[in-house]
Amino acid sequence: MRLAELKNHERELRRFRVRVGIAGIAVLVAFGLLLARMIYLQVLQHDYYQTKAEDNRITIVPIPPNRGLILDRNGEVLSRNDSGYTLEISLSKVQNLEQTIDRLSGLVEIGPRDRSRFKKLMSETRRSDSLPIRTRLTDEEVARFAANRFRFPGVEIKARLFRYYPQGESASHVIGYIGRINEQDQERLEELGVEANYRGTDTIGRRGIEASYQQDLHGTTGFEQLEIDAAGRGIRVLSRTAPQPGDDVSLALDIRLQKVAEQAFGGRRGALVAIEPSTGAVLALVSEPGFDPNLFVDGIDPQSWDSLNDSPDRPLNDRAIAGLYPPGSTLKPYLALAALELGKRTPKSTIRDPGYFVFGDRRFRDDKVGGHGVVDMYKSIVESCDTYYYMLANDLGIDAIARSLEPFGFGSRTGIDLDGEATGVLPSPEWKRKRFARRDQQKWYPGETISIGIGQGYNAYTPMQLALAVATLANGGAMYRPHLVDHIENPRTGERRYIQPHLERRLPLNEANLEFIKRAMAGVNREQDGTGARAFAGAQYTSGGKTGTAQVVALKQNEKYDEKNVAERHRDHSLFIAFAPLDSPKIALAVVVENGGFGARAAAPIARTVLDYYLLGKLPDKPNGPVREDESVKEGD
Amino acid sequence: MAPGAFSPRRIAERLFAGLDAPLLTIVLLLAGIGLATLFSASYDTPSRVTAQLANLAVALAAMWIAAQIPPQTMMRYAVPAYLVGLALLVGVALFGEVVNGARRWLHLGVTRVQPSEMMKIAMPLMLAWYFDRYEATLRLRDFALAGLLLAVPVLLVARQPDLGTALLVAAAGFYVIFFAGIGWKVLASLAILAIGSALPLWGMLHEYQRKRILTLLDPTQDPLGAGYHIIQSTIAVGSGGIAGKGWLHGTQAHLEFIPERSTDFIFAVFSEEFGLIGNCVLLLLYSLLIARGLMIAANAPTFFARLLAGSITLTYFTYAFVNMGMVSGILPVVGVPLPFVSYGGTALATLFIGVGILMSIQRHPKLIQT
Repeated sequence: MRLAELKNHERELRRFRVRVGIAGIAVLVAFGLLLARMIYLQVLQHDYYQTKAEDNRITIVPIPPNRGLILDRNGEVLSRNDSGYTLEISLSKVQNLEQTIDRLSGLVEIGPRDRSRFKKLMSETRRSDSLPIRTRLTDEEVARFAANRFRFPGVEIKARLFRYYPQGESASHVIGYIGRINEQDQERLEELGVEANYRGTDTIGRRGIEASYQQDLHGTTGFEQLEIDAAGRGIRVLSRTAPQPGDDVSLALDIRLQKVAEQAFGGRRGALVAIEPSTGAVLALVSEPGFDPNLFVDGIDPQSWDSLNDSPDRPLNDRAIAGLYPPGSTLKPYLALAALELGKRTPKSTIRDPGYFVFGDRRFRDDKVGGHGVVDMYKSIVESCDTYYYMLANDLGIDAIARSLEPFGFGSRTGIDLDGEATGVLPSPEWKRKRFARRDQQKWYPGETISIGIGQGYNAYTPMQLALAVATLANGGAMYRPHLVDHIENPRTGERRYIQPHLERRLPLNEANLEFIKRAMAGVNREQDGTGARAFAGAQYTSGGKTGTAQVVALKQNEKYDEKNVAERHRDHSLFIAFAPLDSPKIALAVVVENGGFGARAAAPIARTVLDYYLLGKLPDKPNGPVREDESVKEGD
Repeated sequence: MAPGAFSPRRIAERLFAGLDAPLLTIVLLLAGIGLATLFSASYDTPSRVTAQLANLAVALAAMWIAAQIPPQTMMRYAVPAYLVGLALLVGVALFGEVVNGARRWLHLGVTRVQPSEMMKIAMPLMLAWYFDRYEATLRLRDFALAGLLLAVPVLLVARQPDLGTALLVAAAGFYVIFFAGIGWKVLASLAILAIGSALPLWGMLHEYQRKRILTLLDPTQDPLGAGYHIIQSTIAVGSGGIAGKGWLHGTQAHLEFIPERSTDFIFAVFSEEFGLIGNCVLLLLYSLLIARGLMIAANAPTFFARLLAGSITLTYFTYAFVNMGMVSGILPVVGVPLPFVSYGGTALATLFIGVGILMSIQRHPKLIQT
């Protein structure tokens, strides 16, 4: 029994030890499995996980560059960066937005405009979480909020650079403005493949030079490699690549000249473009009325936007490059030149002007009742004889007119360094076929050619085109592409890139013909009967000019245009083109005064003021107000 | 009294008497690794290292006491310990305190206890006692009853829910049954049964437990939620490479990408900083610990002592395997600490009491005659 028990015990022990052995082997197998897994992770997949760990801990924080300045030709600042404070709300961290804003308004002034602007920003921008509820806080407001900061989680004061336009409304269409980057901008940046350079940047040039030189002004975004923890808090800076500030853009435009020109409009609507004929440099580019670009910098509030956008004066339209006006009689010198070039007229050949021109059953009226009598080409330009050009247009024919005008840039974009330039309309039978759908509308009628002779009809050009054409004429047929920017300067190295004058084309014109036309245009300003004589009386320099009046509302046949009885908006546009001095002109310009009446009356004095200032440094004695109705003006136009 | 009875040398001898040198060396090395890793993992809360040092002192004392208790005394307390543990578990289920969504703690007047932790020891004691008592006449019926004794507390713990501890208690009990000599056929049929019952069991699991199992299959499914732990700890382990990033230089750990980096996920910190070489050292230490434990079990004088020693030893394996497996992404995330390394007083004490029991069994081979 005892032996059996012992034997049993021995067997029990042996069985137990076998199981211990099995357990030991199982342990080794399991640990071997772990080891295999670790070798897989730490040796075979090491690189992969190494990268993952690096990605985890390093974040790239963009440092936006300072935007370049915009200066005028004398270094006057047109656009700069001011430091200031904004009050920003992180949308994701604030629970009750309305309530937070209400409470904030107890500390910091938040008007209804700020609120509506904030709502607009919220709907437009999705890329940034933090949006400004108030900008440009006063020091006092900053201090008040700082003391109460703990009550407003998710609300922060941020020191920022603001774009500031010290000239206010002056040259607003040229300078343009910046606005917050919206989703469309974002898409465009992605298409261009430059979105990385815009990380950390909230704003982008929207109009004017701010938009067309956006790439130069923006600079290069810097980066900071930051080690972060799992909560995204920065621990330390690993490396830093400093941002490269944007380049400063210096314009050829003279802001003082610009202001003289703007003031000369005296509150009337219109546009003026002044060009240096020998280079294409734009000296002044006026579109009246202007607007305050500062309104747009942090996102414009809807009230201000509506008042700008709905104003009948259309202050946001850049009339100088996008406004389309019939050229009126300012087209006459070019038509006369075309006739000389094509041999259809000589300077000496004359016509007799009875005060009208009959074509078929239609009577085309001259402005001067009773007509100009015997008229040669010189007189036709000086006194702006319509009948002469009705005939001339009829003799030239529409195709020759279109072919002759096109090289001067009529009806095509000038290529100025601004966005949004309009093309205009240089009418021709071909243009009409493309423009209209119906067969009967597509046909060109000979009567239409006759209207073109005095710059009426389908003609529609931008003041920019009118200025470029007269500059080309003044420059002996050499057309330089107009440009606003003189040079771009790297603010750190001082390195300058000059915009080289770009000869667009050289018109193969007969020099004698050209000289004759210029002399006739000089007569406009100098001869006693010249339509510009009154405006240019006593000028201490030689100049050439041409008045123009463009009908806004077509008159019925035989109807007499009576300025006093026509609603202001239906009055004719007043135009003037000029260049000075006569030999080697330094400046050429085109002026349009909307609903200004006769060209001699509204537009010519503005041109005189601008030329006086530019050539003599003479400031106008008084702002150029509307000319009184009872003043007797040569109504040669 | 003999002269020199109170000499330092005699005191030391008395103190270390019965402490198995190989076991003590291994667990102290592991505890040292634990403290070093904890120092790195808790750079922002240095108080954890001193707290763990205190925990270690308490655990060593508990081990010493356990090592002094002869196995036959333990045998006497097996049934009471099990019954008290069971009663407390029922108490937890009824009146337990909810911490972090799980009902694990029970207030007993001045202190609160975690009865599930106690079950880790009481369970193998009870089953070892049970099998020892019926040693000569073990039949299938006895194994069935043992299974019942095991299942009740395990289910109670799993319900708390504390999947990690339930797993450890179940493993401890299972190892006793395994060493007691359950038939291979029975074991095989049980395995089939277990797979068969997996589906109804799946329905009993809590949502977060199911999620943990599902994200184990594909952690990237939920990279910021349930998969986050596994993804980040795998990155830590993998980026450690062969030699590791160096002590105190683990970026994953120091930048707080590893959650629970001083407790259940401390292995990620260790593995990131010490690499494959460190992992091999750790695996070697655990292998030595298990080898020594199994050796003690194989040489133990009684059936009770053998079963107890074998079970406790394999429990250490379970801890280590499940923890390292979960951190390296081959096992689901269950709350099992890395034995002797993870921060936490209660778990450390339980582990060291186990070591003490092993030492006691090693020390008293001939005291019990059969």
